[in-house]
Amino acid sequence: MQQSQSARLSAIAVDSNVIAQAVLAMALGLFIVGVVGFSHISAVHNAAHDVRHANAFPCH
Amino acid sequence: MPVFRSIVFAAALAGLIVGVVISIAQFFGTVPLIQQSEVYERKAETGVPPAAHEQGGATHDQGKPHSHDREWEPEDGFQRNAFTVAANILTAIGFALLLAGIYAIRGRQVTWREGLLWGLAGFVVFTAAPSLGLPPELPGMPVAPLTARQTWWIATAAATAGGLCLLVFRPAAWAAVLGLALIALPHLVGAPLAPESHSEVPAALSHRFVVAVTLTSLLFWSLLGVATSIAFERISRPQI
Repeated sequence: MQQSQSARLSAIAVDSNVIAQAVLAMALGLFIVGVVGFSHISAVHNAAHDVRHANAFPCH
Repeated sequence: MPVFRSIVFAAALAGLIVGVVISIAQFFGTVPLIQQSEVYERKAETGVPPAAHEQGGATHDQGKPHSHDREWEPEDGFQRNAFTVAANILTAIGFALLLAGIYAIRGRQVTWREGLLWGLAGFVVFTAAPSLGLPPELPGMPVAPLTARQTWWIATAAATAGGLCLLVFRPAAWAAVLGLALIALPHLVGAPLAPESHSEVPAALSHRFVVAVTLTSLLFWSLLGVATSIAFERISRPQI
């Protein structure tokens, strides 16, 4: 609250930059989990079979 | 992109460690149960005439041939276990990216205890809530079509995460009501039901598997929450 207007604006700019990078990383994480745990490609399913069952991901 | 790099390094480090540890836990917990169940699965496949088997609906998805039939699969033993370790590490890195992303957005120091709480939230979102409708299943148990179950699973995880966020981060009464409603909604809609059919897999084995999955998953999320918070703090703020 005590911050000046410009300091607050630059803090918001930094924050949105951090958030954009964090969201990008989180999307990458979800993509990886999606491929390992949810891909219908048979070879991927068979390779990760025991892990899918052990993580209670839906499997065949 | 220094924050992105910190998140990726922290997630890779935490995921590598937790993936290896959880693989060891699985080799004692879930893997022997899966292998026992596959004995019953194979017996069912060879013992039952194909017509009757397909009629039961759906140990197999949309009549597709099962993984044991033609497609590539890792050989039992070292190769299969190596793929299990690799898949565990990848899964752990994926979820660690999610956690480290949250820690970065928090914008202040995340202690290992806060990391543990975030890990437990992951357990609720990705294991406890989906397991209420779709309990961990062993190979060879009758199940609903795969895509329907995956859709319900993902929707349940998303609704539970959204509901928890509302409950924790919005102090208003409407947020509490909406949060609880979001958490309950997927279970009121109901998970896709397995067709009524006889399974060779004994109920006791199936029950032990549910317990083993829940416990190993609790360990996975606790470790991942803590390991990711420590790694992210070390990597993103090395001067402290």
